[in-house]
Amino acid sequence: MSQIVIRVEGVSKRYQLGSFGTGTIKEDLNRWWANLRGKKNYYFGIDESEHNNREEEYWALKDINFEIKQGEILGIIGKNGAGKSSLLKILSRITTPTAGEIKIRGRIASLLEVGTGFHPELTGKENIFLNGAILGMTKSEIKNKLDEIIAFSGVEKHIDTPIKRYSSGMYVRLAFAVAAHLEPEILIVDEVLAVGDAEFQKKCIGKMGQIAHDGRTILFVSHNMAAVNSLCKRGLLLNKGELLLNDSMEKVVNFYLNESDKGLVAQTNFEDVNQAPGNKNARILTIRIVNKNGVACSIVSISDVFYLEIIFENYVNGNLLTSNIQLYTQSGVGVLSTANWKSAISNVDQFSGIPLKKGKYRSKVKIPANFLNEGIYFANAILLQNSSNIVAFAKEAVVFNVIDSGEMRKEYLGDWLGVIRPKLVWTTNLE
Amino acid sequence: MDTKTWTLIIKPKTSSFDLHLNDLWRYRDLLFMFVKRDFVAVYKQTILGPLWFIIQPILTTILFMVVFDQVAGIPTDGAPPALFYLSGLVIWNYFSSCLLKTSNTFTNNAGIFGKVYFPRLIVPLSIVISALISFGIQLGLLLVLLGYFFLFLDSQIQLNYYLFFLPILLAMVAALGLGFGIIISSLTTKYRDLVFLVSFGVQLLMYVTPVIYPLSFFSGNYKALILANPLTPIIEFFRFSILGVGDFSGWQIGYSVIFTIISLLAGILLFNKVERDFMDVI
Repeated sequence: MSQIVIRVEGVSKRYQLGSFGTGTIKEDLNRWWANLRGKKNYYFGIDESEHNNREEEYWALKDINFEIKQGEILGIIGKNGAGKSSLLKILSRITTPTAGEIKIRGRIASLLEVGTGFHPELTGKENIFLNGAILGMTKSEIKNKLDEIIAFSGVEKHIDTPIKRYSSGMYVRLAFAVAAHLEPEILIVDEVLAVGDAEFQKKCIGKMGQIAHDGRTILFVSHNMAAVNSLCKRGLLLNKGELLLNDSMEKVVNFYLNESDKGLVAQTNFEDVNQAPGNKNARILTIRIVNKNGVACSIVSISDVFYLEIIFENYVNGNLLTSNIQLYTQSGVGVLSTANWKSAISNVDQFSGIPLKKGKYRSKVKIPANFLNEGIYFANAILLQNSSNIVAFAKEAVVFNVIDSGEMRKEYLGDWLGVIRPKLVWTTNLE
Repeated sequence: MDTKTWTLIIKPKTSSFDLHLNDLWRYRDLLFMFVKRDFVAVYKQTILGPLWFIIQPILTTILFMVVFDQVAGIPTDGAPPALFYLSGLVIWNYFSSCLLKTSNTFTNNAGIFGKVYFPRLIVPLSIVISALISFGIQLGLLLVLLGYFFLFLDSQIQLNYYLFFLPILLAMVAALGLGFGIIISSLTTKYRDLVFLVSFGVQLLMYVTPVIYPLSFFSGNYKALILANPLTPIIEFFRFSILGVGDFSGWQIGYSVIFTIISLLAGILLFNKVERDFMDVI
């Protein structure tokens, strides 16, 4: 049974908004002098409410409790402002908690940044010693690992050159090489490490896996779901300073994603037919997004197919109706427009281009797997008569979130450009 | 499973007197890395870098000779003016650079302090040690000048055994500079405008330190004021050890020692209090 290496007991952190004093000696002295003469609130006297505003408090962390066992990789996720960085700063001893206690067993090192304290005038080798010492290594420890660090960094040739002549890539590689050779029993890693070029990230993630393999403990803070999912077994979810969930990483990630679905719309039913989009010719009754099992859902994985459905009712025999879907990203960029005209689809739709009898119809379009990029999308549904007259228009009838499954994330974990993310054919030949 | 062997407990408040000196000892290598960094940075950045340490006291000494010796006619206790001024300046420069450089510890290092933990006191300590380099160069200059006066001008140079106390004098100057420097740096996390006051204040302080005049020049209230400055006996003592002129007594030295110890302790306590969560304020 592995022992507990970190125990966090009732930790809270309060920040005071605005400034503590007035910020300058002159004002504080004036205030002090005024108080001495019995005039209260020399500066704040005019408007008491301003005084109260100044001393507003903000609880970045509220009564956080958890434990970490030796050898665990714990992922900490949460939105911006959830308290992740406050927790990190307290664990790294950059600041102190307002209440509560943290007990730590073993040597702890935190990597909130690589290359902290690098000096441009010093050579690569000198900076290894400096940075290593800042991170808590002793000179002899660094000496023992020097060759390893230099080899890992891949900048052997320039190791005696001042790092002001390094390219940014060389700089980061050297910085990471030092960080990677820290050997604390507990390592705290911030997500800043996961930005940078792909090679760097791969190295970084790989090294973390290896460190954990050696029985050391890692706390990994990120809002990159793919990264935490692939690295961590257990996770914490912070929300507005509170510990919302402490469970297996998968459960925590799923919960987080569901939580972040506020505003998503899997299905819109127009129950009052007279209010439904359309006119006497036809009306849209329902628009929904369904997954591969036919269940309506607002979250789909990048690597799964899903369908956008329009259910409409035709009121006039012989109507020539076309279903049309428009897709937009959250920022309003048009992704595509698709309609079931014969020439515009890759299969044969039995009701496409033929006069319809009265009745209810269900048109659905299949969105292939590995097609949209991750993010939130809006869909408009439209019914066209004779290919050009708009009969019904349902704006933003479904809103859904495409999430990263990690399937295309084995090498790269950073931001992925674009509104679509298809898997394409690549060939490389020797010229 | 043992539950008692925690290596570290992070609490909201620790005793002001818990200075975690063992941490300081564990990070001693970092102290010397910082000293080395400062040293290399000075030498690599400018051609004039180390030369500046010599030019500055030479020019200042010449200026003092013109203004205070020739024009104002302030006596130098019978010592050659050049040696008199330079000996005062060497000590004064060490003090002022210790004070000025440590006084912005927090503001200058906010970047590093916000990213990684190490005992913050390492930084001002390394500054005080780094400043010894320029002190050493200036002391060398003083010795060269001393030799010149002795060999070629046949001046009365009275090097005496008091010179063996130089390390103690230096330690006191360093402790005073450090103590006041970290008090100021702790206060500047709250009062930013203190920074402007400091460089001006240090300039003024030189005039109540016997750098450009001997203590014996004054009497009465002025003398009491100058004696209230803990640097006064140190400089007088130092002058006496090399030039044989100086005005100090046992109780004055004692006062200076006590003052130094108190200001250093006060500085460390205040620094220790501020360092734990100054990142929230800055």
